[in-house]
Amino acid sequence: MNAIVISAVLGVVMMFCGVFTNSKTAVRTVAIIGLLGLVVSNVLDMGGYHFFEKVNVRGMLSFDIIGLLFNTIAFGSTWIYFLLSGRDMERVGVNLAEYFALIFFVLCGIAIVSSFNSLLMLFLGIEIISIPLYILTGSDKRNLKSNEAALKYFLMGSFSTGIMLMGITLIYGVKGSFDMEVIRQGTLNLTPMIAAGLLLLLFAMSFKVSAVPFHFWTPDAYDGAPTVFTSFMATIVKVAGFIAFIRLFEGCFGDVKGQWQLLAAIITAATLFIGNITAVFQQSVKRMLSYSSIAQAGFMLFALVAMNNMAKEGMIFYAAAYSLATIGIFAVLLKMKDYTFEGFNGLAKRQPVLAATNTVFLLSLAGIPATAGFWAKFYMLSAAVEDGNVLWLVIVGVLCAAISVYYYFRVIQAMYFKDGDPQEIETSRSFKGLLIVIAAVVILLGIFPHWLLNQLYSFFYL
Amino acid sequence: MLIERYIYLAIALFCIGIVGVLARRNAIIIFMCIELMLNAVNLLLVAFSKMHHVAGVAKSASAGIDGQLFVFFIMVVAAAEVSVGLAIIVMMYRNTHSVDVNFLNRLKH
Repeated sequence: MNAIVISAVLGVVMMFCGVFTNSKTAVRTVAIIGLLGLVVSNVLDMGGYHFFEKVNVRGMLSFDIIGLLFNTIAFGSTWIYFLLSGRDMERVGVNLAEYFALIFFVLCGIAIVSSFNSLLMLFLGIEIISIPLYILTGSDKRNLKSNEAALKYFLMGSFSTGIMLMGITLIYGVKGSFDMEVIRQGTLNLTPMIAAGLLLLLFAMSFKVSAVPFHFWTPDAYDGAPTVFTSFMATIVKVAGFIAFIRLFEGCFGDVKGQWQLLAAIITAATLFIGNITAVFQQSVKRMLSYSSIAQAGFMLFALVAMNNMAKEGMIFYAAAYSLATIGIFAVLLKMKDYTFEGFNGLAKRQPVLAATNTVFLLSLAGIPATAGFWAKFYMLSAAVEDGNVLWLVIVGVLCAAISVYYYFRVIQAMYFKDGDPQEIETSRSFKGLLIVIAAVVILLGIFPHWLLNQLYSFFYL
Repeated sequence: MLIERYIYLAIALFCIGIVGVLARRNAIIIFMCIELMLNAVNLLLVAFSKMHHVAGVAKSASAGIDGQLFVFFIMVVAAAEVSVGLAIIVMMYRNTHSVDVNFLNRLKH
């Protein structure tokens, strides 16, 4: 509850901040300090200090440890994102304070979708996430690509909202309530109307997390949006979609898992396959990263298919590993003028720090051992093995991880083994220092995954 | 009235909306079709709400009320979406002097 209230208040504060000051440094500082406060208040919530205990949510929200832990990871990654890319937001347009305000509103939506207990709150949370993102996508007003991306994202997003609402309504018609516990009770086999509602919800959520065959808007929206906001959309927002997806299907249809598991597994396999194969043929690193985000979404869908405790812990770990690595890569990409693979030629000679940290992030995304990405994929695959019904999916996952090595290593090869024209890149010392810290965290998570998870768990159950 | 008739009517409106989104090329018309989908959902929610109210009114006077509450939330969110969506379409029109989505193919290459 702390996170929901405070992030909404911070959004309003940022809007007033834009009225009272013109200094970009001041706005950025307020945002960074405010977000740090948000992270701290959420950690206090996990430790048992609830600031808004008297608010009666009437069973529409329920706060469990997985959701709060996810909030902490999402807010923490956003904080790192502010530190790394806050300066680059200034280049998009003049409304810096409003961009920060919109991001805070998105965080409010993320806090809702990680704790909803009623389908009404799911709908509101998803919309609170989506509507600010439409604005952020189109924030580069003179750029036609940005306009086009915003329009496509908006039309597809509201279309999928309509489908989701129809699913919710059909389920309401059968059960007479939006409460997830009521819906779960007595749903032991699927009647035609519940089946139709389940299918519509599955399609709508697949739209939101860009699973194949509902992924076609993703590359265009991510490619056209200003790169600094693509970084936010492709990491934190996407992972929040998965938390909502898993929470919804576990809460409402956990008892009839056997009847939709095969369909979810087929969507997962298609997402892995198409995401990885299409990423191989891209010429621009930004577009490659948006296809790679589809491919990574395929791995996160393993948690939906398996849906046991290991899958949920693995999902949290995956969220951290994927968000950190992708934010790092986008931060480096933002400093480049040329987004093609050739633009990275010879980067290692001119900017050894950027090239080395970027290599760590790419290795982590590819799932090479001794990086966080390896354990993230490992948890997902072992959750599917533990489930036992979908072993063929594990084989598909391993094969696709092997394909992904090709396009991630293309960037590394360009940085280290090709000579290119000198490209002026200005970076500050603190930017490089922060990149090194993130790379160190990625490697530490890869070497001691259990140690860190145990530390976190011992912290919760003090 | 039988509830089935409401279901058929709402599904028909919803399908008209879906076909419109997929087939039409004018951004404003696509947008209207999305609104049609949302309003089909509203109609069905009110019908279900009434049905649950009649079935449960003996137990509690406010049975089935949450369906109608949901309708108000859908209206509010739809209004928020309209304000953002029309702004995006106007921005698009200023740059291209057209609202035809067939012009939107610059990102393909």
